[in-house]
Amino acid sequence: MKKGNEMLTRKRYTYIGYLYILPWIIGFLVLQLAPLINSFWYSFTNFQLLGDPKFLGLDNYKKIFTNDPTFLQSLKVTSYYVLIAVPLKLGFALLIAIILNQNIKGINFFRTLYYIPSILGGSVAISVLWKYLFMNQGIVNNLLSVVGIPATDWLGDPRYALGTISLVTVWQFGSSMLLFLAGLKQIPVSQYEAARIDGAGRLRIFAQITIPELSPIILFNLIMQMINAFQDFTSAFVITQGGPLKSTYLYGLMLYDQGFKFFKMGYSSALSWILFVIILFFTSLTFRSSESWVHYGDSL
Amino acid sequence: MIKSKKSVSRIISYIFLIVLAYVMVYPLLWMVGASFKSNQEIFGTLGLLPKSPVFGAFGAGWTGTGQYGFSTFLYNTFLMVIPTVLFTVISATLVGYGFARFDFPLKKVLFVTMLATMMLPATVIIIPRYIFFKRLGWLDTYLPFIVPAMLGCFPFFNFMMVQFFRGLPLEIDESGKLDGCNSFVILKDLLLPLCKSAIFSVIVFQFVWTWNDFMNVLIYISSVAKYPVALGLRMTMDISTEFDWNQIMAMSVISILPPVILFFAAQKYFVEGIATTGMKN
Repeated sequence: MKKGNEMLTRKRYTYIGYLYILPWIIGFLVLQLAPLINSFWYSFTNFQLLGDPKFLGLDNYKKIFTNDPTFLQSLKVTSYYVLIAVPLKLGFALLIAIILNQNIKGINFFRTLYYIPSILGGSVAISVLWKYLFMNQGIVNNLLSVVGIPATDWLGDPRYALGTISLVTVWQFGSSMLLFLAGLKQIPVSQYEAARIDGAGRLRIFAQITIPELSPIILFNLIMQMINAFQDFTSAFVITQGGPLKSTYLYGLMLYDQGFKFFKMGYSSALSWILFVIILFFTSLTFRSSESWVHYGDSL
Repeated sequence: MIKSKKSVSRIISYIFLIVLAYVMVYPLLWMVGASFKSNQEIFGTLGLLPKSPVFGAFGAGWTGTGQYGFSTFLYNTFLMVIPTVLFTVISATLVGYGFARFDFPLKKVLFVTMLATMMLPATVIIIPRYIFFKRLGWLDTYLPFIVPAMLGCFPFFNFMMVQFFRGLPLEIDESGKLDGCNSFVILKDLLLPLCKSAIFSVIVFQFVWTWNDFMNVLIYISSVAKYPVALGLRMTMDISTEFDWNQIMAMSVISILPPVILFFAAQKYFVEGIATTGMKN
């Protein structure tokens, strides 16, 4: 390792490195940076795909905040969704990872099984399946009726629809679980032993060793899951089409409708920038707060 | 005393894990079972196994009722996914190698920029990208999926490869240099054979993501002849009556098979790969 470091410091600039990263540089400039700037510009126009965009100043934004009840509804629904789905998913992932980490026999079997929904979760097939499972005459109601619970309109009742959609997300806890599991494996056993000798109980070990040691991974998971959840689309689009009564009208659906159904590209761009700012706000808030709860140990 | 308490909690853990596994997989098993059930039986019974199995659903769904059947949709999906995955592997390897093994001006800035784009929400750039691809005449083709893959527009994979290359000892490169190999030969002949787990992870992730992608195909692919399974399946669901339930379930089963098969085939490498990237950030 030391030898490698010396070599690194002695290394002079090798411009050939640019050649290797060239695909990304082009991709970044043409397919990420330019669109980002463009969408910012469109958000101040009435761009509608056909014809030249006309500059509107802040009109789009004004309309969104003062005269668009759908926006407020969608924002509300999306916030609920992120608040329900992300903590449940991560909490579940962490719990299962901890259980699996206690020298469970057949860990590979369980790990694989729990991971499968993460491979499939975003697909239309699963959305279709969910629709059938939670239909009025679907299997979920059938099962519940066996234990005497009356049939519930899981997808047709505005009180339950969003929760039913969130279940698809929570069901995919496997990917986060794998990361937690990898992190748990890195915690030195000696730390646990030392704590046990000091007479620490399970809960104290969890709070004072497991959580701090895992905190960088928790942070990573939290941020990535949050960014994704704010933009989720497929399940709400296929299962409920945003309904009933727009109770599952996630932000992604609104962006799609405005941009690709009504072709209000300018308006939709403004909406997407608002979402961007919201995501940025929560991401940086999480990063800020992480200074007080994320612990970067030597092992990482 | 302590020992028995321990084993009791262990048994509870196992019971919990097994029950959970059943609950997790139940929907999938139900889907497979339903594709062999008659339509009357699908919602009438609770059992997973069909009482009187019907095999017609697969055939009927496969040929479809309209002009295009599921065979076309499946073929289209491969046509879209395979080049996308292939080019992602190539670009991520090159970019990862570039960042991990060379020093050049502005490298830090560029690297941080790449990391930042990992957090850039796709929805912010979707409209300008659509307009850009429209102007290039790429709508209703698979180029909006393939070209971004060529140009390393999946920073997550680039980062994964950077992390992986960093984990390989520099001595390998040095020995290659002593033998007079240029940097590309070092990558191709010396480092790449060691990258199996990382490359498999890229393949599995990108295959699954592109295969399952719905929003982008919804936006870019408009003619039914070019529909991938995601769009085909939704169309079938929308136009079908309640008499086609088993067909739709059968097609859903087929549409999730390729990602599942790939996952199981590459599982060993894949789990390793996730562990390496998850840890070293």
